[in-house]
Amino acid sequence: MNFYAVRAIYLFEMARFRRTWMQSLASPVLSTSLYFIVFGAAIGSRIGSIGDISYGAFIIPGLVMLSLLSESISNASFGIYMPKFTGTIYELLSAPVSFAEAVLGYVGAAATKSMILGLLILVTARLFVPYHIEHPVWMIGFLMLTAVTFSLFGFLIGIWADGFEKLQIVPLMVVTPLTFLGGSFYSISMLPPLWQKIALFNPVVYLISGLRWAFYGQADVRISISLGMTVTFLIVCLLLIRWVFKTGYRLKA
Amino acid sequence: MPSIISIRGLNKTYASGFEALKHIDLEIERGELFALLGPNGAGKTTLIGAICGLVTPTRGSIVADGHDIIRDFRPARTKIGLVPQELATDAFETVWATVSFSRGLFGKPADPAYVEKLLRTLSLWDKKDAKVMTLSGGMKRRVMIAKALSHEPSILFLDEPTAGVDVELRRDMWEMVRGLRESGVTIILTTHYIEEAEEMADRIGVIRRGEILLVEDKATLMAKLGKKQLVLHLQSPLEQLPGALSGEPLELSADGQTLTYTFDAQSEQTGIGALLRRLNEHGIDFKSLQSSESSLEDIFVGLVREPA
Repeated sequence: MNFYAVRAIYLFEMARFRRTWMQSLASPVLSTSLYFIVFGAAIGSRIGSIGDISYGAFIIPGLVMLSLLSESISNASFGIYMPKFTGTIYELLSAPVSFAEAVLGYVGAAATKSMILGLLILVTARLFVPYHIEHPVWMIGFLMLTAVTFSLFGFLIGIWADGFEKLQIVPLMVVTPLTFLGGSFYSISMLPPLWQKIALFNPVVYLISGLRWAFYGQADVRISISLGMTVTFLIVCLLLIRWVFKTGYRLKA
Repeated sequence: MPSIISIRGLNKTYASGFEALKHIDLEIERGELFALLGPNGAGKTTLIGAICGLVTPTRGSIVADGHDIIRDFRPARTKIGLVPQELATDAFETVWATVSFSRGLFGKPADPAYVEKLLRTLSLWDKKDAKVMTLSGGMKRRVMIAKALSHEPSILFLDEPTAGVDVELRRDMWEMVRGLRESGVTIILTTHYIEEAEEMADRIGVIRRGEILLVEDKATLMAKLGKKQLVLHLQSPLEQLPGALSGEPLELSADGQTLTYTFDAQSEQTGIGALLRRLNEHGIDFKSLQSSESSLEDIFVGLVREPA
């Protein structure tokens, strides 16, 4: 195990995070806060409660998930895409670093950043919307699992992308719509029966439902199914990354 | 002594079907400075890439310091440092941070004293806190060398280290490379500057179209393939060579002012004495004479010239 390499990559990525905190921390916190102000503090009182949860509190898990997903993906994809773009990837490829170590460094840093962001959003939300957390340990665990899984997914996107456009496409055109349609602002049970079935094909439904269960003990799907789906996606990402490093796909000639 | 790098039957065929390397066999000896010469697109960078892990070989094996570079990549790569041809550096990190990062990446614990020594040797010490993007091209090149040496490798690859570098830095670089070689580091460099190879290398390999044409001791190569010429500046111009001298390897310049005699540098019998006597017999007098030896450049151009 090349511990020094994992540490070097991790610290390098965290240093990048410190340099770009306005973009990677302040701006998502601000934009998420806007939702809390509008839907929580301002018009939230005009919208009926869902179950016994006020609307402002109901949307918190979904909005945390939205930030967590898009930041995990963009942090991790940027982290591996930039060395490819500038050419400094040669160093990683020629170093005595295994696939597991590179992933641990890059994905570990990206997941750490999104966790910091997720927790900061939760703290900020508290300023506008009162909420409680029923299963705090599960909540942290579920956030971590999601941060790691989607950082892995972002890492894959960074390897796959051969231009800045592709880097942006997945977070903006896939993740954001899936999150909005995945029950951030409503419960799946509010949909017509057919759409309830279709929604189950949206992986983000399981994430939001799982997190909402950790907050309020209510969920659209059973927590075990949420966990199972997330872990499955995690394993799929790991297998894909393993394949990438084995074949050198988009990394090596 | 076993060679430090041993390449057997190495082939690289790209997905497009282009065969960049065709069955390369090459041994690099421990502690030597090996210069790989070849025209653009000959496969120099692909060969280095294959040894360093940037290019996946199609066939063949590479052993570096006793370790197969694929099966045993960890110890093999720890021994190797690479300075690629393209300037590729981080932009926002400081010199100190980027060099320390490289050391960690190659599995070595932090050693500020060593990094300081390295930066001082490369005249980078006063830039240690500068962001890499604020440095000049030559300085960035030094940073890349510092990164490649950060983990104290015993094999160093320099891919066109002095391309686009000013004369002063080039001299500095040669100085540094010599110092490294003296400290026991094996160095493999590719270069376009033949004088560089001529000045520095112990052995020279010539590659063309993915094939190693020859590998030879520099001195042997120059003696074997070098030609010597004797140039005679004539007292009075000649219309044409006297018929009796037409069998000799003599060439008359267009203006009839100089005669050039080519001879084999290695042979005991150069035939110069006899030639001069015969010129005398024919009444050809000369003002001055000079002899010259072909440079490595001439040899190289002769070798890689594409068959028409």
